[in-house]
Amino acid sequence: MELTVNLKSRLDEIKRKFPFAFSSVLPAIHAVQEEFGYIPLEIEPAVARYLAVPQERIREVTTFYFMFNNRSVGKYHIYLCSNVSCWLRNYESILAYLEKKLNISAGETTPDGRFTISLVECLGMCEQAPVMQINGISYGDLTPEKIDRILDNLD
Amino acid sequence: MTEKILSRRFDLKDSHTLKVYEENGGYIALRKALKEMSPAQILDEVKRSNLRGRGGAGFPAGMKWSFLPKDTDKPVYLCVNADESEPGTFKDRFIMERDPHLLIEGIIITCYTIRSSQAFIYIRGEYLSQARLLEQAIQDAYAAKYLGKNILGSGFDLDLILYIGAGAYICGEETAMLESLEGKKGYPRLKPPFPAVIGLYNCPTIINNVETIANVPAIVERGGDWYAGLGPPKNGGTRLFAVSGHVKRPGCYEHPLGYPLKKLLYEDAGGILDDLPLKAVVPGGSSVPVLKADEIDINLDFDSVQAAGSMLGSAAIIVMHERTCMVKATERIINFYKEESCGQCSPCREGTGWLLKIIQRILRGEGVMEDIDLLYDVSEGILGNTICPLGDAVAMPVMSYVTKFRDEFEYFIAHKKSKIETMVS
Ligand SMILES: Cc1cc2nc3c(=O)[nH]c(=O)nc-3n(C[C@H](O)[C@H](O)[C@H](O)COP(=O)(O)O)c2cc1C
Repeated sequence: MELTVNLKSRLDEIKRKFPFAFSSVLPAIHAVQEEFGYIPLEIEPAVARYLAVPQERIREVTTFYFMFNNRSVGKYHIYLCSNVSCWLRNYESILAYLEKKLNISAGETTPDGRFTISLVECLGMCEQAPVMQINGISYGDLTPEKIDRILDNLD
Repeated sequence: MTEKILSRRFDLKDSHTLKVYEENGGYIALRKALKEMSPAQILDEVKRSNLRGRGGAGFPAGMKWSFLPKDTDKPVYLCVNADESEPGTFKDRFIMERDPHLLIEGIIITCYTIRSSQAFIYIRGEYLSQARLLEQAIQDAYAAKYLGKNILGSGFDLDLILYIGAGAYICGEETAMLESLEGKKGYPRLKPPFPAVIGLYNCPTIINNVETIANVPAIVERGGDWYAGLGPPKNGGTRLFAVSGHVKRPGCYEHPLGYPLKKLLYEDAGGILDDLPLKAVVPGGSSVPVLKADEIDINLDFDSVQAAGSMLGSAAIIVMHERTCMVKATERIINFYKEESCGQCSPCREGTGWLLKIIQRILRGEGVMEDIDLLYDVSEGILGNTICPLGDAVAMPVMSYVTKFRDEFEYFIAHKKSKIETMVS
């Protein structure tokens, strides 16, 4: 698998920014994920070559960090916080509602490829617990009605 | 009303913009620092201020900066820790969202002081919208000549790079953060050598929390003695207390160190949700020992909280009322550290897994009484036996929950259900 033209120019930009090539690994993998929605295993050798770092460096990073998806996920990736402050504010009922509404369990993707639900650790928005993020956008003080409004307004 | 230092612009319209920042006292301290003060003078003010690290450990900032080697020919780096992933903690997010230039101004003054011309902000990947705001603020600061070459004609140069993490709590540990900045997985390094001597790219490096750095402009502007005088001895300044859980008004409240915990809960945060009796308070993020309701008559400074048997940590206050099952609370905490253990040290990697198995067994109604002591013993086996303190961060709270709420564990094991379920609503 080869790098797209767009991805190459993104990586060029990233490489210019850092004093050392190694530091461009995380930003580069973020760019790959933005391009494909996940990190295809087959792209890793090309990324390594382009950044001039050993291929195992890429593997090490794509497998260690939670946010790097090793397989494709839904168009909308829901991160629902399940940590203490959200638990105290009953994230469990929000999870149950989401699972019922989308007819999948946490960790799964809807058959039409639109939604993935992931249970995540503290998102740092505890004053608005329970909270979730969808593709990086945060939503707090969740209720079933609010979930309906948010999901029904996605295209 | 106490004076606000960090949050004074938080409620202004467009507080995140350079314009509003400059109109409300922004970048005045930087001008003073560059034009009227030497790096040594600023270091002296920061030492006198008794500013202690806001990331968790409370280490004096000025002392840390003075550990840099004096005559090094290597570049010196500043890495600002914006990983903010300790459960319950959200104060740095408020600064980055509402006053990013305060952080940037603090970074510029700090770098001038420690003679660094390259700084990084390491922000957690989940703070995507905050990262975009910060990136814009950085670009605006470059355009206004607060960053880049020859800042405000002083001859001082500084570049600032925003580095975005990807979902790993361990990367908030300072040496794991350095590994991550070098494009690797976040495995903490052995200390010594300390980062001030051998840090990023093997060069001298200072790592400070966002809130720590955001205090620097005020210290420069008004002096270390003034800042020190805001709090009790050895606890200079104010803190952003992040309150969450069972209170009526969860939020981020700024007060001088030494502010009474009860006042924070019952005045600022509006009291306990549904006016139920209080059961427990976590005073410094999920990794610190829990306090029972009868232990909260304390002041929130590093030393008082420690004297009460816990830690002020990241000043994240998590409140639990009477209807909270402490067995389940313990499970949530263990689950976090099990998920986030990087796997480098076996006591933490294996120990967190064992703890989770034991607590899940209890929650399934399959626990035996010996499991309570087992939770304690496994925690003791982790404590102090790992490269970084993530292991301690699970061991300490678990030991405290098991000890202080032992009756709830016993009830759960004996009756195969939570003691909370017996309460009528
Ligand atoms: C597991 C672990 C996670 C940590 N996470 C953070 C964090 O998210 N933010 C932070 O500022 N410090 C965090 N720390 C503390 C840092 O290692 C370091 O002490 C701190 O950034 C130093 O800054 P300060 O002196 O200004 O507090 C963490 C420590 C450990 C052991």
